[in-house]
Amino acid sequence: MDVSVKRESLEAMRVFDLAKTPLRELNSALHAIAPGTNDTNFEVVNPRGSHAVAVGIDQPVTVEVRGSVGYYCAGMNDGGTVTVHGSAGPGVAENMMSGAVVIEGDASQYAGATGRGGLLVIKGNAASRCGISMKGIDIVVQGNIGHMSAFMGQSGHLVVLGNAGDALGDSLYEAKLFVRGEVKSLGADCIQKEMKPKHLKLLAELLERAGITGVAPEEFKRYGSARTLYNFNIDNADAY
Amino acid sequence: MSYHNPYTPPRKSATFDDYTLAEIRRAAATGIYDIRGAGTKRKVPHFDDLLFLGASISRYPLEGYREKCDTSVVLGARHAKKPIVLKTPITIAGMSFGALSGNAKEALGRGATIAGTSTTTGDGGMTDEERGHSQTLVYQYLPSRYGMNPRDLRRADAIEIVVGQGAKPGGGGMLLGQKISDRVANMRNLPKGIDQRSACRHPDWTGPDDLEIKIMELREITDWEKPIYVKVGGARPYYDTALAVKAGADVVVLDGMQGGTAATQDVFIENVGMPILACIRPAVQALQDLGMHRKVQLIVSGGIRSGADVAKALALGADAVAIGTAALVAIGDNDPHWEEEYQKLGTTAGAYDDWHEGKDPAGITTQDPELSKRLDPVAAGRRLANYLKVMTLEAQTIARACGKNHLHNLEPEDLVALTLEASAMAQVPLAGTSWIPGKGGF
Repeated sequence: MDVSVKRESLEAMRVFDLAKTPLRELNSALHAIAPGTNDTNFEVVNPRGSHAVAVGIDQPVTVEVRGSVGYYCAGMNDGGTVTVHGSAGPGVAENMMSGAVVIEGDASQYAGATGRGGLLVIKGNAASRCGISMKGIDIVVQGNIGHMSAFMGQSGHLVVLGNAGDALGDSLYEAKLFVRGEVKSLGADCIQKEMKPKHLKLLAELLERAGITGVAPEEFKRYGSARTLYNFNIDNADAY
Repeated sequence: MSYHNPYTPPRKSATFDDYTLAEIRRAAATGIYDIRGAGTKRKVPHFDDLLFLGASISRYPLEGYREKCDTSVVLGARHAKKPIVLKTPITIAGMSFGALSGNAKEALGRGATIAGTSTTTGDGGMTDEERGHSQTLVYQYLPSRYGMNPRDLRRADAIEIVVGQGAKPGGGGMLLGQKISDRVANMRNLPKGIDQRSACRHPDWTGPDDLEIKIMELREITDWEKPIYVKVGGARPYYDTALAVKAGADVVVLDGMQGGTAATQDVFIENVGMPILACIRPAVQALQDLGMHRKVQLIVSGGIRSGADVAKALALGADAVAIGTAALVAIGDNDPHWEEEYQKLGTTAGAYDDWHEGKDPAGITTQDPELSKRLDPVAAGRRLANYLKVMTLEAQTIARACGKNHLHNLEPEDLVALTLEASAMAQVPLAGTSWIPGKGGF
């Protein structure tokens, strides 16, 4: 990186200390960003588990959060890059449209719930229901994920470098799941599928976007929908 | 003398009546439960079981067409920077594009706008046509989050977090594959032609404490501008209302079991939830106990058909009502004009409820382009506006007769009940007595 550019961006960084400043001021400032402005770097200190930190971003801003956050951090993010230098509570990056969210620590339940786009990277573990009802988001978890993850996942990709808990991909639609470790159990209508060259390529791209090196796509198994529950059939009732 | 056994006519069982027998045979033949649209069809205690007393020596009436009787209502002033102001307290309930045709949604928007009230999106998101034709549009935030995005959230006038609905408290939904057109599929991020399950609970929160945080998040995303409603089915109205208020709702929407659905199991519609008559007083009591009556508004729905129903709901303490089924009828649903086609579908005008099949002759509960064309959204919108205005006039007529210069001044004291059940549920005296079951009197 060009040093002068870095210095300039650092000088332009706006710092919000949530120990002193109401959350409303942070989110209001993020929403007030005009398209095309250069003043797009934000830092949040002392988040102290606050909920709804940096929600509703709709411009390509960068937010560095120094500490752990509560519920719904970066909710509905549309184009921003949010990094949490700590852990995140439930529903991080819920309904993300585009952009990137990186959690340096662990994430609680429902990480990336209903996300429609963008990239969510969790460097630690994610709890249950990671990627629930995902609709296009890409999620990469470097640790393990909890039970019922990708439940009713519609589209997008969930990549797990560690293990997956019970009922992975229950009632899955078209989301694609890649797990490197063990899967405790698969949910209704979720099956292991053949890893074809196009999937290896796709997975390699996802790992690269997440900044992960030293891990080969061939180490993963692919899971997806068996599509047997797509249209109701009474003889499938035992599956639920 | 010989004895002849006198003729006794065949006797059918009240328990196993013809409909029940037919249902058993249908289940045995098909192996699947009955799925249908609309709300409960069984007879339940309702507003018909209440009467207004009108003015007398102790109350003087207001002059019809001369003395003012205000019908306006403000929704969402508790926290929202931009509360909603409506000319009439009769709103249009949430119904999805997907369940309904684009023309039907446009007609609802047009009619509501002419009448000065709001309409509501449904499961499936907001369409540009709907936004464009609706002066005041409430955007539903549903468990499925189909079509949910921050742009639409910001261009909505209010946000309605749907926890449940009267036809199926505790239930989700299923839009069957035959109604999944390319556009519907695209809006819902799912392949065309597959059944689309609408989840029964939200994916990223459970319980009232989470709901409080979710409401805060939505307020932060929309800069505290939009009123936030919480909609619940008629299950535990006292506690649900209290918890919604505690969670920070600006408006509570309470839907009784007569409220319609696009499609769910008949056994669910007919056996889960309570009639709206049984729900209003506990909800109002919760608001009063919290000191929030008239501060957090209560919208009730489920079987509202006339200005009399509106007036009764408001007299029991609601701030506004919502109509769904009645609005569809106003724009042409189940119209005898299409009787020949209803017959071909094995039903009759007034009974057609296979809304999930997408074959609606009236072009309302369908995604079939040819059927949809049958509904002229401009003319249908005008019909809805007429109907809303008639209902408003009817409610005013009753309110003036009770001496009220605002619909909100109607009160339980203006009402009596015709049946013990209605008396107990509405907590107004049995007609001709001062007795309310459980409350004493004579």
